[in-house]
Amino acid sequence: MLESILTPSFFSSVLRAATPILYATLASGVASKAGITNMALEGIMLFSALFGVIFSSLTQSALIGLLLTILCGALLGMFLAFFVLNLKTDEILAAIAINLMATGGTVLILLAFSGDRGVSSSVQSVATPTVTIPIIKDIPFIGEVLSGQNVLTWLSLLAVVVMHLLLYKTPLGLNIRSVGENKNAAESVGINSRRVQYIALILSGALTSIGGFFLSGGYMNSFTKDMSSGRGFIALAAASMGGNTPIGGFLVSLLFGFAQALANIMQLKSFLSYEFVLMVPYLTTLIGLGIYYYSQKKKRERLSGK
Amino acid sequence: MSSAKRFDILRTLLSVLIALAISFLIILFVSDQPFEAIKYLLIGPFTSKRNLGTVVESMIPLIFTGTGVCIMFSANQINLASEGAFHVGGLVASCVAIYVTADFVSPVLALVCAGLVGALFTAIPAVMKITTSTNEMVSSLMINYIALYFGTYMINNVIGDPAASTASYALSDASELPTLISGTRVHLGIVIALVVAVLGYFFLYRTKIGYELRLTGENGEFARYSGISIVKVVMISQLLGGFVAGLGGGVEMLSPIYSRFTWTSLLGYGWDAIVICTLSKKNPLYTPLAALFLAYLRTGASIMARRTDVSLEIVQITQGIIILLVVAEQFLSKYKHRMIAKESKAALKEEEA
Repeated sequence: MLESILTPSFFSSVLRAATPILYATLASGVASKAGITNMALEGIMLFSALFGVIFSSLTQSALIGLLLTILCGALLGMFLAFFVLNLKTDEILAAIAINLMATGGTVLILLAFSGDRGVSSSVQSVATPTVTIPIIKDIPFIGEVLSGQNVLTWLSLLAVVVMHLLLYKTPLGLNIRSVGENKNAAESVGINSRRVQYIALILSGALTSIGGFFLSGGYMNSFTKDMSSGRGFIALAAASMGGNTPIGGFLVSLLFGFAQALANIMQLKSFLSYEFVLMVPYLTTLIGLGIYYYSQKKKRERLSGK
Repeated sequence: MSSAKRFDILRTLLSVLIALAISFLIILFVSDQPFEAIKYLLIGPFTSKRNLGTVVESMIPLIFTGTGVCIMFSANQINLASEGAFHVGGLVASCVAIYVTADFVSPVLALVCAGLVGALFTAIPAVMKITTSTNEMVSSLMINYIALYFGTYMINNVIGDPAASTASYALSDASELPTLISGTRVHLGIVIALVVAVLGYFFLYRTKIGYELRLTGENGEFARYSGISIVKVVMISQLLGGFVAGLGGGVEMLSPIYSRFTWTSLLGYGWDAIVICTLSKKNPLYTPLAALFLAYLRTGASIMARRTDVSLEIVQITQGIIILLVVAEQFLSKYKHRMIAKESKAALKEEEA
């Protein structure tokens, strides 16, 4: 058991499984920092998984396909923002609506596009390539873990750094955080809170869409209906456990990747039956949530001297 | 009727119409035979007695989960576990129905167990919230998937019939709920569902605890300062809501539609319940009406999907648009203000005269 865990290939699969969740976690984090719970991550991810397949097959280019998908993700983020910010729709119900539309819409669009029912088997999509960087490759162990990872996995690591810099080192990041902390206070010093929240949700949609693209054009090679299977929801939990910070979200996402990869190995060694393997990510999240919120509660009580 | 209430009804109807209009546009866009498709969607259910029966039959699970969600959401608890509660309700009911074969005892015991397990199920996020202050929305999303895979595990390893592919052993004949109208599959479940909806209304709007529950939902701080125990309210609302959703799963499983437990994916009734709850404004009394609308739409859509090239999933888009428009506070708000202003001006004039 232990010898199959402490191998580079195991950690490599941890990273791969963590990638889509990491994008969505970053997305959830930036929305939460701006004071909005973005539960539509799940639907945006599912839409993006389909759009990725469609756009990359139309253009026969993974890059252009990815860019178009990101654009759509950003538009979906804007759509959510319009309803939540302009029409004052409850953010959770708006998200549920988007998720419903994604479940049905993806099947409908796929059928209209290619005649496929639920699985994009007749669509010739282009997946993103894997990358090996020469110098990193030669580092023992770590080199092996990182080599041959999908370009989007590399990009997700970069996204953690970028999001951290954006949130903590730029004026926009400061605005996002201050709107999330106290909207009225932020407005009183002249910050346009609606604009800032729009930007945060657009960014959130764009980030999620990369994760969605990865699902159908990297992790797998085709679109299957409902393929996001709750990753957007897991990301909501992961982000809140990571304090909505990019670095914290990254660490928690790794934990999920670890749980998933571990479950896969346990299944191979027939320690665990198939259904329980599928259950592991959700169970881990549930237990993780309980522990995290309990420790937060204890901390609050300690600080308030109770 | 106050103008605000009249406006609410008007706006809901308008939202539904707009959602339908958008869906028709989508059909025009994706289909080669759009008018045929829209025709089946709109009048399909009326084409035969069996189809009309299907409308009634598909209302049943919607009324149950809709009522359950109304009770849970009235306390402002965004517990989305009704989906999972419905699933485990069906699972438990079939476990009981497989092994208990006595007349009368079998369905009653199966339904009671389904409700109780459903209640325990939705209580998990509630208990987690009370003891560890975990956000109930996220935890309830997670346990839905746990329920799903636990059900699959049971089919494959415990109650699975080796002779059937991914299905449980056959449920005993004694457990099946009787059909009410011959030539259709309309079963006793519709009566139970309507009773549950009415009881749900009485509980929420005619009892003290129901009042406390709604007050907590409207303004938690105010409720707390008036001496209402929030822990009690949260627990009761989640247990009851889960009981109703679980019961719904049980009723669906014992209906003539199923003879074995075969659910290997979540059926989505928990999400549909959100639409029902939105349309009925959290009042269980209106859930049968909302369920009728949704069931009609679905039956039409499935007839459409069978006869034309448009898939059934168009309904989910319609549902999504309905939620968005009904919940959007600012949608038509200018009109509302104008209506209220007009009314008060008229009242003023009357006073002067």
